[in-house]
Amino acid sequence: MSDELSYLSMRVASGRLSRREFLGRAAALGVSATFANGLLSTAVQAAGPVKGGTLKAGMQGGTSTDSLDPATWQSQVPAMLGWQFGDGLVTLSPTGEIVPRVASEFSSSPDAKTWTFKIRKGVTFHNGKDVTPQDVLATLERHSDEKSKSGALGLMTGIASMKVDGDTVVIGLKEANADLPYLMGDYHLMIQPNGGKDNPTEGISCGPYKVVANEPGVRHVLEKYDGYYNADLGHASTIEIIVINDATARISALQSGQVNMINRVEPKIVDLIKRVPGVTIRTASGRGHYVFINHCNTAPFDNLDLRLALKYAMNRQEMVDRILMGYGSIGNDIPINKAYPLFADDLEQRSFDPEKAAAHYKKSGHSGSVLLRTSDVAFPGAVDAAQLYQQSCAQAGITVEVKREPGDGYWSEVWNKQPFSTSYWGGRPTQDQMYSTAYYSKADWNDTRFFNEKFDQMLLVARAELDNTKRKGIYRDMATILQAEGGLISPMFNDYIDATGPGVEGWVEDPNYELSGGYALQRCWLAA
Amino acid sequence: MSSPIVKLIAQRVALGILLLFAVSVLIFAGTQILPGDVAQSILGQSATPVSLANLREEMGLNDPAYVRYFRWLFGILQGDLGTALTSKLDIATSIKGRLWNTLFLAFWAAVVSIPLAIILGLLAVRYRNGPVDKLISGLALASTSVPEFFIGYLLVYFFAVKFQVFPGISTVYDGMPFLEKMKAIALPATALTLVVLAHMMRMTRAAILNVMQSAYIETAELKGLTAFEIIWKHAFPNAIAPIINVVMINLAFLVVGVVVVEVIFVYPGMGQYLVDHVAKRDVPVVQAVGLIFAAVYIFLNVVADVASILANPRLRHPK
Repeated sequence: MSDELSYLSMRVASGRLSRREFLGRAAALGVSATFANGLLSTAVQAAGPVKGGTLKAGMQGGTSTDSLDPATWQSQVPAMLGWQFGDGLVTLSPTGEIVPRVASEFSSSPDAKTWTFKIRKGVTFHNGKDVTPQDVLATLERHSDEKSKSGALGLMTGIASMKVDGDTVVIGLKEANADLPYLMGDYHLMIQPNGGKDNPTEGISCGPYKVVANEPGVRHVLEKYDGYYNADLGHASTIEIIVINDATARISALQSGQVNMINRVEPKIVDLIKRVPGVTIRTASGRGHYVFINHCNTAPFDNLDLRLALKYAMNRQEMVDRILMGYGSIGNDIPINKAYPLFADDLEQRSFDPEKAAAHYKKSGHSGSVLLRTSDVAFPGAVDAAQLYQQSCAQAGITVEVKREPGDGYWSEVWNKQPFSTSYWGGRPTQDQMYSTAYYSKADWNDTRFFNEKFDQMLLVARAELDNTKRKGIYRDMATILQAEGGLISPMFNDYIDATGPGVEGWVEDPNYELSGGYALQRCWLAA
Repeated sequence: MSSPIVKLIAQRVALGILLLFAVSVLIFAGTQILPGDVAQSILGQSATPVSLANLREEMGLNDPAYVRYFRWLFGILQGDLGTALTSKLDIATSIKGRLWNTLFLAFWAAVVSIPLAIILGLLAVRYRNGPVDKLISGLALASTSVPEFFIGYLLVYFFAVKFQVFPGISTVYDGMPFLEKMKAIALPATALTLVVLAHMMRMTRAAILNVMQSAYIETAELKGLTAFEIIWKHAFPNAIAPIINVVMINLAFLVVGVVVVEVIFVYPGMGQYLVDHVAKRDVPVVQAVGLIFAAVYIFLNVVADVASILANPRLRHPK
């Protein structure tokens, strides 16, 4: 029987039998659909990618205000679109290594202050012109211009000089930074003709797909670009991103086969979706995390004991179970988890301890209630999470008053302004970037108002350190300081939860972003 | 056509135009009293006093409000709706496609719902208080009582997910073949039809029933006309004014009130466009869309009034 099935599954893989027929015959042979699907998947994977066809993604996170200018990208749809038509110097692999793209190789001076990127030969823009080192330089210049509103501007501030030298681009830094190649993988830094200085919104770059229809907030259609240098990427001949911001509409579009994959499946309905035939839930534990933020310099939170009381009063496991429905992992009051390459996993896990919380609370001398501001937009389930926290705090004798703020204006009026609020972080590719963005004293988004000279110094030392073992040690010490003294209460890291429809093969679990690190549309193909 | 009727119509049209100007003032004033100004919302977190001042200068925000209002108004009168802050695109160009989509959906919803509502209304009157009337009224009431997103989801569940006859998301685009377009809008158009049907049908029924109390209906009955002839020839023409009124209100709803349906079916119309730009505080777009919605509303109401004036026999045949 299983011989017959494997024969049939190979016929499906080679496109001589339809999937539906196969499943029908498998059912006739008394095999469960799950088993048959598994068998099919193995055969299809073994047969290799199927070229051609149209792959469609239904995505949350696009509006009619989106633009093709990489400098403006912030939400999921423009970023995803950029990953398909654009290409940067390097990118990140699912395991966190740097993969060369437009740069064929890169190297640094021993002091990590000068970086050289060799530009690959034979890469062309969608308008047919060659990608030159000058184009790369112009791109970097545009995004590092003080007046630019580029989302990558913050990454570029450490750059002192840039120049073209033969077929390389040389970047000189003000201070040593061992992580510079990671920064160059940022999705804003897609290489454009003359850096996009002439016309940033024309949608021309050098990725595996070229834009053929661009209707912001509605849909984006891309066709395979024949001139792409790497034949392993981009299997479908056409890909399409359809903006579906409504969660129910997104699920129904997947169920009815109008799209082949969707992002942002809500944790509470994952178990329901799993039962739908042909639909596969794809999760990846990334660097994104949900946070409760204390301002370390504002009363009453400038009191270390009060901050510790609030940390011990957080029931992290309950948060993961009830807010994320298990699709996530518990946090440890630092913004770093095992998704980072240099994460030290021997840091002691802080857990819910009402007695310790009560003791610290008593020691802090604070009385009365603590005001926590939250909103639906802070993260999915934020208001519920705040109420759960209120209850666990009550067990330690701490009264938390939860104030629900309107979603409109939450980011401009509450987050980073009020002393105690809920929020989320999408994470950054490296620890250096995460700490520099939010925990360095001079960081723009130091949303916990954490000012610690020692911590700052260690950050700069780690940044210049090329020896990974030493760096790992420094990061461990920094995490210890932050965990003990910081204003961050991080109960949980959330998983990315995506879903694919029948016949989608080639999916790679990738913690870097939603939808297989943003590359699902070029990594996957449609089996017969 | 005699003079009183022309005068009345001219008055009504003039009033409509005046109203539109009043609305434009309200819209402009409304967006002015929002906290923070446009420059502040464009620059957001990265605003510095210098960049704020530069941008205010560049956008002419330093001029007094009335100057800016008239500048805006004259722009609109010349067909210039301004530029969107977020995408820097010409608003008129971006709105054109969206407005066309919304009108397309509204048109087909109206083509189905208006005749259907009137026929059902007539049937309900013909068989009034009988089982047919009760069935029609009951179903109509049920469909209005259910919120439109629920109707939408029900339609998606049955027709897109379960039986897969129509697509559950209605992304339409330029150059889409007509039949495919019709297939794409089938579900949202049905949802809209169900939402507006009951209101129009109940008003038709009530208006005709009202006329049915008149003495001339009794005369018609005594003449031996059939029930349908009485309703169609004598009652309906005299009930036309209120029916047109309710039809126009529902037409206006089909254009300006479909935000929820557009979001559920991912239909690229005006509602979705407005929601996106409100979220980004893109004031010029919000003003432009607001004004267009107001214009549609006022226009349809003027049409309704003019139609009722024309339908009034006393005005058509003055003594």
